[in-house]
Amino acid sequence: MQEEKKLLSIYFTAGYPDLNNTVQIIQDLEKNGVDMIEIGLPFSDPLADGPTIQASSTKALENGMTTNLLFKQLKNIRETVSIPLIIMGYFNPMMQYGVEAFCKKCQEIGIDGLIIPDLPVDVYHEEYQVIFEKYGLINVFLITPQTSDERINFIDSVSNGFIYMVSSASVTGSQSGFGNTQQNYFKRIAAMNLKNPQIVGFGISNTETFSQATTDAKGAIIGSAFIKHLTSKGVNNIGEFVKSIR
Amino acid sequence: MNYNVTEKGYYGTFGGAYIPEMLYPNVENLRQNYLKIMQEPSFKEEFDQLLKDYVGRPSPLYFAKRLSKKHNTKVYLKREDLNHTGAHKVNNTIGQILVAKKLGKKRIIAETGAGQHGVATATVCALMGIDCIVYMGEIDITRQAPNVARMKMLGAEVRPATSGSKTLKDATNEAIRDWINNPVDTHYIIGSAIGPHPYPDMVTRFQSVISEEIKWQLKEKEGRENPDYVVACIGGGSNAAGTYYHFLHEKEVGIIAVEAAGKGIHSGESAATSALGKEGIIHGCRTLLMQTNDGQITEPYSISAGLDYPGVGPLHSHLYTSGRGEFYSATDDEAMTSGLELTKLEGIIPAIESSHALAIFKHKTFNPDDVVVISLSGRGDKDLDNYIKYFNL
Repeated sequence: MQEEKKLLSIYFTAGYPDLNNTVQIIQDLEKNGVDMIEIGLPFSDPLADGPTIQASSTKALENGMTTNLLFKQLKNIRETVSIPLIIMGYFNPMMQYGVEAFCKKCQEIGIDGLIIPDLPVDVYHEEYQVIFEKYGLINVFLITPQTSDERINFIDSVSNGFIYMVSSASVTGSQSGFGNTQQNYFKRIAAMNLKNPQIVGFGISNTETFSQATTDAKGAIIGSAFIKHLTSKGVNNIGEFVKSIR
Repeated sequence: MNYNVTEKGYYGTFGGAYIPEMLYPNVENLRQNYLKIMQEPSFKEEFDQLLKDYVGRPSPLYFAKRLSKKHNTKVYLKREDLNHTGAHKVNNTIGQILVAKKLGKKRIIAETGAGQHGVATATVCALMGIDCIVYMGEIDITRQAPNVARMKMLGAEVRPATSGSKTLKDATNEAIRDWINNPVDTHYIIGSAIGPHPYPDMVTRFQSVISEEIKWQLKEKEGRENPDYVVACIGGGSNAAGTYYHFLHEKEVGIIAVEAAGKGIHSGESAATSALGKEGIIHGCRTLLMQTNDGQITEPYSISAGLDYPGVGPLHSHLYTSGRGEFYSATDDEAMTSGLELTKLEGIIPAIESSHALAIFKHKTFNPDDVVVISLSGRGDKDLDNYIKYFNL
């Protein structure tokens, strides 16, 4: 039997390194076999991110990235790109745009879902789930090694796409390799038989960490390592990066 | 109208806990335990004892005779400036370090702007023999060298925040990141009435000793517990929250907040959050904050390092939008001249933060028989350089 293919998902910050790289980066990632993309909407105060992603957000904002501009850049993206596209951003810019208007725009463009690290599952469930569902968007929640089984089950019940498994208690970009603690955590979650597949994020930067992270999970997300690659090699060597992962 | 926090952590529509999942277990643990811990007799006893013997409470409620004459009303000053470490901040750090101990935490982190909260945190960590790391914006570290030295003497490690604008907002981001990276052994002592629930309520409760004392002190002096007005400056709003707390539901007491207008509300260099802010999310809390139309948080300005925060606590947002509080803002110039006026009339050099509260007389006229209590939240020693430069002393 052929082994199940593991999903490779890549995060990048819209507006970085240059303001108008967004479409090219998405197209190149798909061309090189990436299965899903998280498009980062930059924020001035990204609490859950480490220095690499934060610096890319700061630069993207200096370059002039805004919510409106991102939507404009993505307007025709579905003419050339068919893999799932997720927007990842903090809640305040979405609130200011208007949560419903934001979701509506995402649906028009063909965005599949959102990851909003600072919108807790409880608040989402009570106030915003109806809006997300109205516009056919999935919302992706994070779990960590400290998340209780009870809460994981609640998150699983509210989710309708996949669950973002944070590999360890950390901000993005701060790990190098997975130890026993993480492997046990991956196994513990796998054994819970959740209805949503899990994608592992935080701390994945090469073939080794990708294969470790996806032994039990459905796939993995790479963010900081890709941003670092963009910083050092520019936007024209994306294939090289993807090949270094699998 | 209710002005206390609800079960879910809201004041009206403001508050809540908009935090990444990585912080949830810590914040939830605190939420479930803070009230229980604060109600334990052993906690109360130790807290009260330390406030009395270590901080020097009760702080005096001083009738400012010459200032009263000048402004033709009855002015009392609540002397938080006489506390150990020179400001109200220590009321909260004493409380939180005791909570941290009860929760079994072994390591303390804090953010600081001007360094006052950092010093107050480093102080209680020295007192308890607990490791202390204070995050401070790289720019603030150079601006506030004496407080950096104090923290180091007290045994704290001062870590520069080098991201973003390199000031208080970024120091707060870094402290939150540290907490995410150290979820088990660490307690984060937030210094203002901001952050995710239960922080605004917990900080307010620890600072509420200010209004608790005002009540009995005023009873002794004026024969009544309630003044006509309580006045405080607001950055994040911890001294104000403590000054208002026991008067929130006393309708006859006017609640007055003075924000920092910097070089003028519409100058582009201001920290007048209620006037300039819109509802949004900052540091885990839904509240009024200064931001661009696109929802990016902007950098505030005030001559007072303790007031240049782009948000305001959720309680204060509620007091503002519900109309319970009267909000004013004082420019740098108004604050500085009001600080000098107090110095000349009463022999008290106030912190520039507190000088903003004193600038209320430039915006509002009181009746001669009004009793006006002003929170003198801190002393001016730390601001001497600024006073020297401003007045060419």
